Amino acid sequence: MPDPFLLSMRGIVKIFPGVRALDGVDLDVRAGEVHCLLGQNGAGKSTLIKVLAGSHRPDGGEIRWLGEVVGLSSPTAAIAHGIATIYQELDLVDGLTVAENVYLGHEVARGGFVDRREARQRTRDLLARLGHPEISADQEVGRLSAAGKQIVSIARALSHDVKLIVMDEPSAVLDGEEVDNLFRVVRQLTEQGVAVVYISHRLAEIRQIGDRVTVLKDGRTVIVGLSAADTPTSELIELMTGQSVLNTFPARPGVRQDAPVVLDVQGLSRNAEFSDVGFTVRAGEVVGLAGLVGSGRSEILETIYGARRASSGSVAVRGAKLRNGSVGAAVKAGIGLAPEERKSQGLLLMESVTSNISVACLDRFAPGGFVRFGAERSAAADQARALDVRPTGVDRLVRTLSGGNQQKVVLARWLLRECRVLLLDEPTRGVDVGARGEMYALIRRLADDGVAIVVVSSEVEEVLGLADRVLVMREGRVVHEGPADEIDERRVLDLVMEEVAA
Amino acid sequence: MSTVEHAPMSTQTTTTKPNVVARALAHPSVRGLGLVVALGILIIVGLITAGQRFGSLDNALTILRFAAVVGVVSVGMTFVITGGGIDLSVGALVALSSVWATTLATQTMAEDFHWIVMVGCALAVGSGAGLINGLLIAYGRIAPFIATLAMLAAARGLAEIIAQRRTQIVEVDGFLEVFGGDVIGIPVLVIMFALVAVAGWVLLNRTTFGRRTVAVGGNPEAARLAGIKVQRHTVLLYVLLGLACGIAAVMIVARTNTGSSTHGSLLELDTIAAVVIGGTLLSGGRGTIVGTVLGVLIFATLTNVFTLNNLDTSTQAVAKGAIIVAAVLLQQRIAGRSGAS
Repeated sequence: MPDPFLLSMRGIVKIFPGVRALDGVDLDVRAGEVHCLLGQNGAGKSTLIKVLAGSHRPDGGEIRWLGEVVGLSSPTAAIAHGIATIYQELDLVDGLTVAENVYLGHEVARGGFVDRREARQRTRDLLARLGHPEISADQEVGRLSAAGKQIVSIARALSHDVKLIVMDEPSAVLDGEEVDNLFRVVRQLTEQGVAVVYISHRLAEIRQIGDRVTVLKDGRTVIVGLSAADTPTSELIELMTGQSVLNTFPARPGVRQDAPVVLDVQGLSRNAEFSDVGFTVRAGEVVGLAGLVGSGRSEILETIYGARRASSGSVAVRGAKLRNGSVGAAVKAGIGLAPEERKSQGLLLMESVTSNISVACLDRFAPGGFVRFGAERSAAADQARALDVRPTGVDRLVRTLSGGNQQKVVLARWLLRECRVLLLDEPTRGVDVGARGEMYALIRRLADDGVAIVVVSSEVEEVLGLADRVLVMREGRVVHEGPADEIDERRVLDLVMEEVAA
Repeated sequence: MSTVEHAPMSTQTTTTKPNVVARALAHPSVRGLGLVVALGILIIVGLITAGQRFGSLDNALTILRFAAVVGVVSVGMTFVITGGGIDLSVGALVALSSVWATTLATQTMAEDFHWIVMVGCALAVGSGAGLINGLLIAYGRIAPFIATLAMLAAARGLAEIIAQRRTQIVEVDGFLEVFGGDVIGIPVLVIMFALVAVAGWVLLNRTTFGRRTVAVGGNPEAARLAGIKVQRHTVLLYVLLGLACGIAAVMIVARTNTGSSTHGSLLELDTIAAVVIGGTLLSGGRGTIVGTVLGVLIFATLTNVFTLNNLDTSTQAVAKGAIIVAAVLLQQRIAGRSGAS
């Protein structure tokens, strides 16, 4: 009797030293469906797709592919069966052309010689099939945008005659329009009978693109094959977190008008990135910057912080102007930055929690250059406790913490320095949905303690819920400024899109 | 609101035997222990094959004296590599410093004034060349490999020009007496190595400088955004290594009574090899002085055992190569296992 499922996994177990990463996972995928995989960080999604991709061998369980039990012993075996995986960090070679990347490892060859013309032609066909004929097969991949690279990755998967494509958070690096484009491609694929396993943090997307949803929690399947369209968001979050959670934002006590202005940005410009940006932040105030990716939000934060040099304008902290383009001056003046790319820009992943917290003010624990470990460790432990970094234990490597707790470590670093201004770039990126509320409460608590805070986020809801005042950015300019409770998400999106659409 | 996050490492309910071993192997002190075991095995092999000739105090001091020059430079190299760099010019810097410190002019000044002039000259030349390396790398943004490769060629060439390809004999008695002598039976060179190693350990493990070195090597962007002056720190690392090369030049001049443009040839390979088998990550972000010292001692002992058994230098070179590969393979296995989750 034929199996109704293209792929069915039963009771998959994967054990790493000290951890049962997967502890009995079930997954069924039908041909031609978009099957969404939901779960918090550490729920086992990444491990599961690595099992599917053949790069992890499961320690238990059964994988049936087209009704037959198979062992996916290597990536090559997985691809031979018709399973392709598109990872978050796209594994393309930047220095090779699009065509060379698509056929990397299975080059179109005749008598041992690469047939470049044929490879180019087939690549063009694949790109056309994906609705992206504008990508040239001869272009160097390094010059493509993130969205372009994704299309090339998908083309590469299709070059293998796949029946199942696994996509690991494909939308994380894309903006709104690019996501729409991606969804169009995904729909085309499913119409052609290809199944897609789609992983994303964004619940709205799952509703938009998904057919069925499987939820993982703590390495186990909570539920298999829920309808993506009909299941309420609250139920999905409940399933993921094991508790009912709403994205509740902490109450805004209102900024006292006599609170001193801590950060004063005037006429700040930087070449093509943004121009004439000016705003002030009072002690205890949270100012939010909303805008699309590429509207200059992150660049503004980095310029205020001195990591980029402004071409004109000024930044002052408590009335004292900062030297342009000097991180040292900004840090000394009491500004702290929690960067967008936490892992690559913020953390020393191989180091302990203590080292990561103390790194910005090591001198304080080192009279004469010699570090006093006891003082350093207890100061770090105080901050970690105050921010509720879990699991506790400041000797733990930062690498082993979850996204939310890593973010707390970055904040703790600046709090230890007694920062008066905190610049938060995408503070909840990579933070589990269930832990975001905690992060919001923490940010508000810091503001209540008198810290001036600037928040940048791609999620408009987050900016509006968190900030006292909002600046809406479009193409490097401030197009709206006002109290957060006098504007709604729809209006912000209208402002953000206006010119882009024209 | 309570947190509902789950760090994978917190659920260590299933502790099976093999991963206890894996985790133990990954622990830094145990890795150091592995090196001690390797050294022990070498010593046993030496005792078996060469007996008393190997086991004497004299021979032990010979090994240490031999290790001292490489050791001093290796300590400096540990800093550069931990900080995410590499320096191929160390051998050439030792040669240049040795030559500059032993020119007729320098020696005459030393005769008139004090032998300290020669030491000062060697240290200044070493640090100065290190400064140039550092500036080119940190501010000129030249890849460390390339910048120091250029310095390797230029410094050795300059040494040849200064010495006119001749070996310069040292005739400053004070200098030779101090550095060629010993204190309570231990050669001054060995004492210098020990002092440099201890100072290096303290600097790397107990000071802000050391901590910043690890941060700069581990994640330069994060270090920069944490307010560390990454470029300046990088320069300091190369100056430090240049200084170590200057010290090594003093030692090599004392040991051979000469300054020569051929001193320290292939020193870059010996030092990088010792640093890497010691457990310092070649990619930066993790360094160990104890490991480096053990690495230096392993190579020095190996050479000694081979020489006592009348094996030629070519065979020694092959063995060295094999050891480096084996050590790095082992390191990667350990790193891979501890990084699996």
